[in-house]
Amino acid sequence: MVVATGLRKRFARTWALRGVTFTVQPGEIIALLGANGSGKSTLLRLLATAARPSGGTVQLFGQDPARAAAALRARIGVLGHASGLYGELTARENLHFAATMYGISLSAEACDARLNAVGLGHAAGARVGTYSQGMVQRLSLLRSTLHDPDLLLLDEPYTALDVNGLGIVDRVLTDVRAAGKSALMATHLVERSLRLCDRAIVLAGGTIAYDGAVASVPSSVLPSEMEGVA
Amino acid sequence: MIRAELQRSWVLLWKDLLIERRAKAAFNAMAFFAGVVLLTFGFAVGPDAPGVAVETGGGTLLQHLSPGLVWVAILFTSQLAADRSFQLELERGGLDALRVYPGDRKALYFGKLLANLAILLLMEAVLLPFAGILYSLDLWARLPQLAGVAVLTTLALSATGTFYAALTANLRARQVLLPLLLFPVLIPVLLAAVKATGLVLRGDPMNELASWVKLLGAADVLFLIVAALTFEYVVEE
Repeated sequence: MVVATGLRKRFARTWALRGVTFTVQPGEIIALLGANGSGKSTLLRLLATAARPSGGTVQLFGQDPARAAAALRARIGVLGHASGLYGELTARENLHFAATMYGISLSAEACDARLNAVGLGHAAGARVGTYSQGMVQRLSLLRSTLHDPDLLLLDEPYTALDVNGLGIVDRVLTDVRAAGKSALMATHLVERSLRLCDRAIVLAGGTIAYDGAVASVPSSVLPSEMEGVA
Repeated sequence: MIRAELQRSWVLLWKDLLIERRAKAAFNAMAFFAGVVLLTFGFAVGPDAPGVAVETGGGTLLQHLSPGLVWVAILFTSQLAADRSFQLELERGGLDALRVYPGDRKALYFGKLLANLAILLLMEAVLLPFAGILYSLDLWARLPQLAGVAVLTTLALSATGTFYAALTANLRARQVLLPLLLFPVLIPVLLAAVKATGLVLRGDPMNELASWVKLLGAADVLFLIVAALTFEYVVEE
């Protein structure tokens, strides 16, 4: 599903990624762990085709994103750091916009049903600018899965969520695995990753410090500030 | 395929206009700025300052200067509109979200372009009558020709403004760089617009209008083709 070979990315004089090689198989849920600035978000942005690598190659679904990005993006769902939602629009309007951009049709009933599923049915007609951070995060998650993507890229999906919201993210990931699709999730929540993910990739200084079973991540490669690290 | 791209452009236009209708951030700033520019020059020159020789059209000095004053005001406001349209995306990470939607990125360009064009034309619909009253111009008698020149010029301003605003969107010195890049490119358009508007207002005694209108049309075609072909790389990080 994803084959990354020697991926590198440079911003001015700083290398954010220094040769990252890994694969993602169908049905895999992978936790992307690492300290702030380790390259997690940059890696997700490269896989999302939001940025081009400075070196190395990546294959998504057997295709080169440099040649087929427009079509590949239809198979990728992205939850980024920033919401990408418009505060002056309502949740329904934001979803209508996203659905049209994804090239799918979304009836008013289907839209409301999806908003109800993430606990936002009561605020469907309210402007997103009036939402709490947690509500914005739920709506962002919903938007990223609106087109039923084969590969889901989540950057800190648990941010600002309450207990119910955390459960919604967990459910999305469980559904992804059950459908034989894949997800990469950058997170600081190690304990939660242990429960949900099949594999962990730990980044440190733009390189892979560990790639293997999530249960076997050596604590020495994890930054001490991560939640759940002893 | 083309239908999907048209729908993407259309929904982007709908989204930008809906946000503008609710926030009124760009339109109010643009209309206020352009109005102040016209008013200031009106006071500076004065309504009764003698104009040019009768054989070149006569009228007051203010009437003679009015095409230049109006288009300078619109040029500056077009930069505000273009900058605002991408600022809107940067505020909540919308530009990144736009980058990861499927389809051809030309659809993003044309959606943004149409939104900027609509907002600018709306602003001109308010500004031109205001200029007409302020400078005692007889706009109604020449409205179709004036509207034609305005649409062609505004299309060129929007096409280049949208392109360069996207190019500078991620730069820290965006607000300095945008006019530096934009205005030199627009000098031929501005000169043609001023000349064509002046000819329309004076009745085009020497039949020169057509050549200036052709220049505006050629600039539109050129800017649209270059922008559409290169926009993919412009929005790339």
